[in-house]
Amino acid sequence: MITSSAPLTDARIMLRRNFRHVLRNPVTIFNGALMPVVIMLLFVYVIGGAFNVGERYIQYATPGLVLLAITYGLGATAVSVNTDMTTGIINRFKVMNVSRGAVLTGHVLATMLSTMIAVAVIIGMAFALGFRSPATPLDWLAAIGIIAATAFAAAWLTVALGMAAKTPQSAGMAIVPLILLPFLSSAIVPAAKMGQGFRQFAEYQPFTPIIESVRGLLAGAPSGGYAAAALAWCAGIVVVGYLWSRATFSRRA
Amino acid sequence: MTNSAIAVTGLRKAYGDKTVLDGIDLDVRAGTVFSMLGPNGAGKTTTVNVLTTLIRADGGTARVAGLDVATEARDVRALIGVTGQFAAVDDLLTGEENLQLMADLHHLRADEGRRVVASLLERFELAESARKMASTYSGGMRRKLDLAMTLVTRPQIIFLDEPTTGLDPRSRRTMWAIVRELVADGVTVFLTTQYLEEADQLADQIAVLDQGRLVAEGTPDELKRKVPGSHVRLRFADLAALDGAARVLTGASADEAALTLRAPSDAGVRSLRALLARLDEHSIEVEEFSVHTPDLDDVFLALTGHASTEVVAP
Repeated sequence: MITSSAPLTDARIMLRRNFRHVLRNPVTIFNGALMPVVIMLLFVYVIGGAFNVGERYIQYATPGLVLLAITYGLGATAVSVNTDMTTGIINRFKVMNVSRGAVLTGHVLATMLSTMIAVAVIIGMAFALGFRSPATPLDWLAAIGIIAATAFAAAWLTVALGMAAKTPQSAGMAIVPLILLPFLSSAIVPAAKMGQGFRQFAEYQPFTPIIESVRGLLAGAPSGGYAAAALAWCAGIVVVGYLWSRATFSRRA
Repeated sequence: MTNSAIAVTGLRKAYGDKTVLDGIDLDVRAGTVFSMLGPNGAGKTTTVNVLTTLIRADGGTARVAGLDVATEARDVRALIGVTGQFAAVDDLLTGEENLQLMADLHHLRADEGRRVVASLLERFELAESARKMASTYSGGMRRKLDLAMTLVTRPQIIFLDEPTTGLDPRSRRTMWAIVRELVADGVTVFLTTQYLEEADQLADQIAVLDQGRLVAEGTPDELKRKVPGSHVRLRFADLAALDGAARVLTGASADEAALTLRAPSDAGVRSLRALLARLDEHSIEVEEFSVHTPDLDDVFLALTGHASTEVVAP
């Protein structure tokens, strides 16, 4: 008989399946874990020296690069979600009475898992390249909390976008704006240094409060305002992503 | 009702103003192979999707194993298995992992799951490739893996939606053998196909679907009886021989351009011997001689009034 624990069991089974996909796709590993490292090296050693950010560039850029580590892995999730929807395996799951949330949750959790690994790699690299932080363990915990919330929100939005796309290719394209968004925030350079229009956009888009709150926590100077804004954005994105993907899931046979 | 695995009355489905199913009635006895035969776009997959709870019909009722597919979908799903037109296997998992995934999702106990997976790999001759990713499998192997995945849950009623479309003849025959085995085990099989030979080979009962309507239903033999009878076809060396034969064999129709004569016959040995003896008596030489019994292609043409243009011979 179906017990009440079935949705959780199913989600765990799906998580294992989806994480296997991540490990078996070299492109996924490159985009998710190596690409952010390459970008980090590029910005810290090649480009970043030319920016005047008021402190050592690695010191400024690490929180932003952590965000890039979150977004770069999303393409694989979108493609994988869409492939599930378009190859008929979803019908198999439906006919097997697999709890409907589990298919989506499995993707979200696998994305979270691979994202957090990529984030750990980037933070490790940052320290190796000379990043230092006066943050207390509590600050670190809070920073990791905000990063995890961001990864969670990005994963739900990506699942929704992947679900809504017609083909795996267009699913990969659909998350490109999400990858570009951190560049139009204070991730790489302070918003104040951007041109008219971009500056206003950077100030009001979700990634800026997320990055600024993480930056503040890692600098040992937390800002409650940014943190609240960051968490509010994440909560909003999770709700939209969740409802959107549920609706698409029910609609597509 | 106990004997009826699938019972459908007045099933309707439309997408926008396009009617896909226009009042379908079906009755499939338990433990038999029921084949729904029709060209592409006839509504076969839609029927399967309704019966397997994937989509809701607009009207009519459908009961599978006595359960209503609309209101008791959960219970229906516990009893059925579906192998669709496109192999629903996970390319990035190995054959074994694909089967294990099904066992896990079906909440089989660990040891039972392993046993079922191992026996299915053996039965479907996939044991050698069990540790290879499904993306490296051939079309026939993928289809076998797909069906094996369906069988992990030991369904009583199996829906096979065009299970051999795109397969080479050898893989097709393997698939047929598997279907026969399933039925021998007491499983009910609902099979859609656009291959006339396939329905003829496998089905106890055939329903011919054309543009959302059932145009005929019966055993393969009953359907064949619905078309004009069998005949013999004779070809001659010249017009003189053809004319001679046409005079001797009453009721035959001649085609002077092709130098052939088509004579009705019950295709029995006795009547064929008599026919050849008469030609011999009149010393008429026959170049070529062949016996034609109607196949399901003729049936389709006779029933729908148009050729099964989408139907490709296997």
